[in-house]
Amino acid sequence: MSAAPILEVRDLRKYFPVRNLWKRRIGWLRALDDVSFTVQPGEILGIVGESGCGKSTLGKTLMGIHTATAGEVMFQGQDIARLRPHESRGLRQHLQYCYQDPGASLDPRWTIRASLHEPLIVHTALKEPEREARVREILAAVGLPETHLDLYPHEISGGQQRRVGLARILTLKPSVVILDEPTSGLDVSVQAVILKLFLSLQEQFGLTYLFVSHDLSVVRMICDRVAVMYLGRVVEIGETSRIFATPRHPYTQSLLAAIPRIGGARVTDTFSLEGEPPSPTNLPSGCRFRTRCPRAQALCAQQDPALRADWPGQAAACHFAE
Amino acid sequence: MDGDLIAVQDLRVSFASDAGIARVLDGVQCAIRPGEIRGLVGESGCGKTTLARAILGILPPNAARIDSGRVTFGGRNLLDLPEARLAAEVRGREIAYIPQDPSTAFNPVFTIGTQIADLMRWKSPLARTANPPTGRARREADHARVVAMLRQVQLPNPEALLRKYPHEVSGGQRQRLMIAMALLPEPKLVIADEPTTALDVTVQAQILKLLKGLAREHNVAVLFTTHDLGAAYEICDRITVMYAGQEVEEAPVAEFFNRPSHPYTRKLLDSLPSAETGLRGIPGEIPRLIDPPPGCRFNPRCERASAVCLAQRPPPEQAGPGHVVRCHHRLTDAEA
Repeated sequence: MSAAPILEVRDLRKYFPVRNLWKRRIGWLRALDDVSFTVQPGEILGIVGESGCGKSTLGKTLMGIHTATAGEVMFQGQDIARLRPHESRGLRQHLQYCYQDPGASLDPRWTIRASLHEPLIVHTALKEPEREARVREILAAVGLPETHLDLYPHEISGGQQRRVGLARILTLKPSVVILDEPTSGLDVSVQAVILKLFLSLQEQFGLTYLFVSHDLSVVRMICDRVAVMYLGRVVEIGETSRIFATPRHPYTQSLLAAIPRIGGARVTDTFSLEGEPPSPTNLPSGCRFRTRCPRAQALCAQQDPALRADWPGQAAACHFAE
Repeated sequence: MDGDLIAVQDLRVSFASDAGIARVLDGVQCAIRPGEIRGLVGESGCGKTTLARAILGILPPNAARIDSGRVTFGGRNLLDLPEARLAAEVRGREIAYIPQDPSTAFNPVFTIGTQIADLMRWKSPLARTANPPTGRARREADHARVVAMLRQVQLPNPEALLRKYPHEVSGGQRQRLMIAMALLPEPKLVIADEPTTALDVTVQAQILKLLKGLAREHNVAVLFTTHDLGAAYEICDRITVMYAGQEVEEAPVAEFFNRPSHPYTRKLLDSLPSAETGLRGIPGEIPRLIDPPPGCRFNPRCERASAVCLAQRPPPEQAGPGHVVRCHHRLTDAEA
């Protein structure tokens, strides 16, 4: 892990204004608050957390879909956080974003071939035969026959549309792909097939993934490292095996304890965490988890804990984590 | 079987669509005993929601048609019962429903208290007693029941909550309210249609715990439809698996996970992400129900399939105590 990081995020903030009926700002929704981490080339970093924790905002802010409020995102030696949306277009070749269902973004009136050529026309100066060769190569990589090039999206199945959507992202040969909840809404039998496809594409094209998901069992299977988010903060980050074996932050511990484990003790007999996350527009003082934390003490209300890298390959933001 | 609370026999339901007639339920059998928590698992499009809706009599009237079958509940066939009687006697009273998405189940312009009071006006168990109180006495008695029930579903400060509007409470609280509203009429069966799918995992654990505890306490049977085998493991006594409109296996929960007999069940369990098995999906796709495969509908994706699987749907066979499987080539104990 000594190589230069491909992506480095430093104190990234994204605040959304909360406005009243008269459009006057009455507060901030702190979707991302001082988020920092690095991503090594070729790794899969999982970003997990419950809804509203800021994981999707993180992906979109890295991509330039949202402009960051503060902080730096270093990608290929350049700070891309403050780029205006049109300036970040040039980066899209190297940094791609994959929505939950990439097949849904296909134009129903274009053939698969037209959809796959489009990004190359926009971003590269390749001639038609070169584009065609690249398109065929990518199509084979996602496991679709070339005969599909002349079909329209409605003529192929949902799973195949998803593969075309993925192919479209890969035609520009990106180095980093942000996958936003790529398996939610999929049945388990299909999910395993899609995950295998992600892994084989990663190997084939040397990709780095940011894998945003709420499904911890999937993250455990395919990610090298995991960042756990809670209300706009990274509360724990580290190697997947360590996080799952010895979670340090009480929130990570509860999150892992909440996953049903077939054959094991039933969560309904053992689970003890109460309450739900507070509203991100009205955060508690100090540590954000203290309102639900079984170990909260007076210090937690006064001081917001910073990430402590006190364990090998693992860091947690908690005053009392051991 | 005698002693069953509800028995679905040979139920066939089809839906009309632009592309043709989809045979969504194809001869489904399913019986639930009093007080049992039954999981109904399967992937999207397998017909689990259609089965739940057929039992409740809320299939879309213009698109769905019941081709054959019986749903026996309390000595009558619910499919023969006129809509007026179904609405007055069964639905929301003896059989209650917990929806998947609690945020759309409430009317946003009325307070929660108003909506629960409305429920109690029609479905209160008090109305079924010999000499029900009337007027103010009835409303006060019902209100006391509501407040007690909200405490049981662990909602803090019930009186204040009843004055709130649905958007003012969180998703987990809304789902707790749904459970409370389902149990208030003292039903014998609650149909919970993917009740935790819209919830986060920590809230899901809380809701499952609550649902299981209350079902036991009130001795009410639950039909729990889900695509999440982990959630089914958590709360169910028995599990029925459906595939493409056919039920393929039914077993007690321990037997289901340790000794599945149907090849589809085995593959479904293997598809769960786990460190031991790695990533194993099921090749192929779920069949289109407009032109489903003949015989056992799993045959195009099954490596055990033979000519007989295409010719005929397998009959139910006993694979152990309370364990029924429909497969011509079921797994032996060693293979399971």
